[in-house]
Amino acid sequence: MGAFLAVAQAATLALILALLYRPLGDYMARLYTSDRDWKVERGLYRLIGIDPRAEQSWPAYLRGVLAFSVVGLLFVYAMQRAQAVLPYSLGLPAVPEGLSFNTAASFVANTNWQSYSPELTMGYTVQLAGLAVQNFVSAAVGIAVAITLVRGFARRGSGTIGNFWVDLFRGSFRLLLPLSVIGAIVLVIGGVVQNFNGFTEVTTLAGNTQNLPGGPVASQEVIKLLGTNGGGFFNANSAHPFENPTAWTNLFQNVLMLAIPFALPRTFGRIVGSNKQGYAILAVMATLYVISLVALSALEAGGNGTAPELAGGALEGKEQRYGIFGSALFGTTSTLTSTGAVNSMHDSFTALGGMMPMLNMMLGEVAPGGVGSGLYGMLVLAVIAVFIAGLLVGRTPEYLGKKIGPREIKLASLYILVTPTLVLTGTALSFAIPGVREDVEATSIWNPGIHGMSEVLYAFTSASNNNGSAFAGLTANTPWFNTALGVAMLLGRFIPIVLVLALAGSLAAQDKVPATAGTLPTHRPQFVGLLVGVTVIVTALTYFPVLTLGPLAEGLN
Amino acid sequence: MSTTRTAARTHWVAIRAMLIFTLVLGVAYTLVVTGIGQLVLPAQANGSVARDASGEVVGSALIGQSFADADGDPLPEWFQPRPSAAGDGYDGGASSGSNQGPENADLIAAIEERKSQIAEFNGVAEADVPADAVTASASGLDPHISPEYALLQAARVANERGLPESEVVELVESRIQARDLGYLGEPTVNVLQLNLALAELEG
Repeated sequence: MGAFLAVAQAATLALILALLYRPLGDYMARLYTSDRDWKVERGLYRLIGIDPRAEQSWPAYLRGVLAFSVVGLLFVYAMQRAQAVLPYSLGLPAVPEGLSFNTAASFVANTNWQSYSPELTMGYTVQLAGLAVQNFVSAAVGIAVAITLVRGFARRGSGTIGNFWVDLFRGSFRLLLPLSVIGAIVLVIGGVVQNFNGFTEVTTLAGNTQNLPGGPVASQEVIKLLGTNGGGFFNANSAHPFENPTAWTNLFQNVLMLAIPFALPRTFGRIVGSNKQGYAILAVMATLYVISLVALSALEAGGNGTAPELAGGALEGKEQRYGIFGSALFGTTSTLTSTGAVNSMHDSFTALGGMMPMLNMMLGEVAPGGVGSGLYGMLVLAVIAVFIAGLLVGRTPEYLGKKIGPREIKLASLYILVTPTLVLTGTALSFAIPGVREDVEATSIWNPGIHGMSEVLYAFTSASNNNGSAFAGLTANTPWFNTALGVAMLLGRFIPIVLVLALAGSLAAQDKVPATAGTLPTHRPQFVGLLVGVTVIVTALTYFPVLTLGPLAEGLN
Repeated sequence: MSTTRTAARTHWVAIRAMLIFTLVLGVAYTLVVTGIGQLVLPAQANGSVARDASGEVVGSALIGQSFADADGDPLPEWFQPRPSAAGDGYDGGASSGSNQGPENADLIAAIEERKSQIAEFNGVAEADVPADAVTASASGLDPHISPEYALLQAARVANERGLPESEVVELVESRIQARDLGYLGEPTVNVLQLNLALAELEG
């Protein structure tokens, strides 16, 4: 029975995504290759002062990304600091400096780590004009960067990789906005609230009083998922009945998170001129996704551990309406994309079940990954995979007709090293700096023993990979975590983007080498297997030691 | 000099772009969705309000609420919801799970205590207490319990209200919500709606 439920649920999701794959992927391919602007867009481009037909070199494109992100950071920071004087702030005061920085970094970096409890901290204006706007544009930035890498593979001898502003506006207005309007209405049908009512005090049936929250939730909920952002309107995130009221909205939320990341391989295949290449990337992503989903579902249904066994099931931190399989599905989707939304509390998962979200993030969030970041992460791994294959047979590695030379492999290798460095350094420093260690242990860690170490490891894994989910028992609203995680989120987002744009530039500049009998075919099952293997091995070698200190030790004890 | 000028120019472009995005994606988009919600789907958009027989608002059908007295002791004449970690329990302004890990001693003790309390409260064996009854939900606002937990409480509620047990059991069974599409999620019983129907039963 259990297996049937889990499989039927996953099959429904797979069917919907399969139906979306071609139309959505093709739509995005046209969107990012067309040279026709809408009239209203031409007006907007004049207003911001750019020439939409002017192509940019990779450094110029990067300057656009960085300038836009710095401005976004300052906007969100300033709005939080000014909360007391903004309308619809529900009487909430200005957000403190450290928390404002952390939150601004978090939303600009498409992470949506939340050191705060939203209903106690953020008024409606900050949520809709600050945070929700970043949900749109940080997602659009991610897709834009991925598209430049795809262009890099597609172009020959080109000094340019596109125009950042055009990619940004099109992604925001022609892709994310229309899908969000439709999705928000679907969510309201399911029961997600959309109002400006603030809190309403009611007398309950038993004569107690209860404060019912309101808010423009559906409009923010949909882009939180569609843009793989993850920052909840409420503290309980997608477990809150006003964010995710039913089992079918839960499935719909999974569709929202996966739609764009799983359709981007089609876009990639389209633009490089071979749909088969897209299917190969899709196959790698889907394989890893299925393995991870099966593992988490089995571990949570198994319910090992003292508390779950005593209770008769791993239901602590899970909602009755989704059950274990609806929770495992959401947890897998959320951490294999860069969403980080939760509909169940990962901190209360079984020990090995709680390791799965961590492993998903440690994979680099490439199966299918965040909007854009998943595709560029996977393409970087593909570069590594062809390089390894090239070493094995003693040939110059090529991918899609582009030579993977020293410059390309250096950029790809640096990319692979960024997040592990941030994760492991951040976790280690939390316990190595004397003053910090006491604070972390006394203030931040919630669960005693090994599980407490896992909370810190989870936090840095989540921040550095721009996920945003948490072992939420951790009190992260402290000077150390607000600062360290804020820095980890920014570096974990923007260093890889610099490297990807540089890679895109160097690929675009190359001519294409014709395929020969010695060229490794990159659209066959053999390559899919190789790429799955490379992804898993790179992750396993990096993180196995630290996992033995945390969830593995707890789970095997 | 020219680099500085380029950087300044790029930032000026970025500022203007961000203002446009804030107006369109922040303000206009939110207002449009709110307008559609309020005009077309006002019941859902305003929180699926639940009313008693006299039309008084008693909460939201989607948000769980406490059926305990001022001291936090469960009221035997009402069906009881799951344990809640939201504030002092079902605090609509502080949604939260317990976030206690599987080996957390406090959680283990809490589950033991809840088990024996529920068994005694309902006059059943500890082994019959289902898992959802002794575990706090993710949101702390879970409006549902499992059909098993609802049925387990029927005898107590019937006894307390002087109703025939069969009538209360029948009521619970009529309120069991099957899985969406037959296979999504778990079967549920909405505690507030069940208790509202219970109150009407006596009418």
